Amino acid sequence: MSWFLFSSRPRTMAAWAAGLLCVAAQAQTAQELNTRALAATCANCHGTDGRPVTGSDSARLAGQSREFIVEQMLAFRSGNRPATVMHQLAKGYSDAQIQALAAYFAAQR
Amino acid sequence: MKRREIIQGLAGAGLLASMVGCATGRGAPTTAKVLVVGGGYGGATAAKYIRLLSGNSIDVVLVEPNRAFVSCPISNLVVGGVRQLADITTSYDGLRNRHGITVVHDTVTAVDAGRKSVRLAGGTEIRYDTLVLSPGVDLQFDAVEGLRQAHANGQILHAWKAGAETQALFQQLQAMPDGGVFAIAIPEAPYRCPPGPYERASMVAAYLKKNKPRSKVLVLDANQDVTSKGPLFKKAWADLYPGMLEYRGQHKLVAVDARNRTLRFDFQDAQKADVLNVIPPMRAGALAVQTGLANANSRWCHVDFLNFESTAAPGIHVLGDSIQVAPAMPKSGHMANNHAKVAAAAIVAGIKGLERNTSPMLTNTCYSFVSADAAIHVASVHEYVPAEKTFKAVAGSGGVSAARSEQEARYAMAWARNIWADTLA
Repeated sequence: MSWFLFSSRPRTMAAWAAGLLCVAAQAQTAQELNTRALAATCANCHGTDGRPVTGSDSARLAGQSREFIVEQMLAFRSGNRPATVMHQLAKGYSDAQIQALAAYFAAQR
Repeated sequence: MKRREIIQGLAGAGLLASMVGCATGRGAPTTAKVLVVGGGYGGATAAKYIRLLSGNSIDVVLVEPNRAFVSCPISNLVVGGVRQLADITTSYDGLRNRHGITVVHDTVTAVDAGRKSVRLAGGTEIRYDTLVLSPGVDLQFDAVEGLRQAHANGQILHAWKAGAETQALFQQLQAMPDGGVFAIAIPEAPYRCPPGPYERASMVAAYLKKNKPRSKVLVLDANQDVTSKGPLFKKAWADLYPGMLEYRGQHKLVAVDARNRTLRFDFQDAQKADVLNVIPPMRAGALAVQTGLANANSRWCHVDFLNFESTAAPGIHVLGDSIQVAPAMPKSGHMANNHAKVAAAAIVAGIKGLERNTSPMLTNTCYSFVSADAAIHVASVHEYVPAEKTFKAVAGSGGVSAARSEQEARYAMAWARNIWADTLA
């Protein structure tokens, strides 16, 4: 595992490394890997790890609170929140998957 | 921070080898832990996500002949003259510099599955542990008499692989006299991007309405009826292009006469037009076919949907338009990107000794423009069904637009910019 992700050394070091290569932690467990693959199904519109490109009309998911993401997904699914497409996509995910997605995106910055 | 500590840190993260690879990566390497062939939506995404999910610990080599990625999605806006080729072009530098992938611009001429190696046109042999093929589609010019020659002469274009030909088709549209006919011939499904031809017809009509209003678009479809988003397209055509865009189903093209600008069909009358845009029938990319992977009607590649491994050759994964699709799975860039993520996670799990996911998911969101500022969509969510060993649409999910809108046109561009970044940045 890359030490600079977990070290308490100055952030400039991590930033320096990030400038070289995209810093991504390795999935340590099958569960973690599966969650990241699940979250990647959102990336086409919402950006890799929930970070959309600057100036696009897609909502940022990275760093939103877990409760907020769950609430919005359930509102899309029930039809309480009107949408063009998200009501159709939200219906494809189970409660457990929505919880896993929300926890994942909440943990991203 | 001492330099030695930095180097140790990077080596510990498995980055040092990649950096060296970057520095010396101009020539092709001779070995690859994972070798990805084809830098489109499937291959480029697989390369990036194998790096991401492994914390950059698995070396990836990507072989792609084109120097830059040119997107098929949104390319109909270039055909219609409202976007430039540069707007749909993305560099491979993100994969190189941000993700440490060795990108080789060359063509794979042969795969030796037994020896686990590929041969490049440039002569190099690359030996691999795992091979990912994402070779797109092979256009079957010879299925239509006269088409290969007419295409080679530049008289009849397909523009179904985005690039210089996309721009050339726009130039044919520009050169067409007012009062002319622009004909689009559509092959029988399955073909790459089911709604693409109808979007193209819409964008050509939008151009003509503004610039050459006495002209006509003629859509000649080998299928019974519009294969995707039919009611939405037909409403847009009736509302926006009345009398200008004519749709005719059950027109299977059998021959072209470039000199007389004529299309001939199996049963229907021949049709003359000023611009002939013929989309040929398709099959799996030539490399997949020649490697013996096209085991579905000698046309598409059956895969194990848990990891997209070929059922004809263990250790070779096939992604994107080349595969024999699961029910309700379109041949689309979005789908290829999602195939790649399932395959990447399975490949990383295999190399790291983690249990493989038995319930992968896929999405598809496909936008089509019906004018310069309005779009429609079809969306679906797919889950792996172990009992049937295939993906199926999740019951109750998915659907199409309620109506075309400018808001969906903005979402379509947001989708494009984000999937380009997700695939390549």
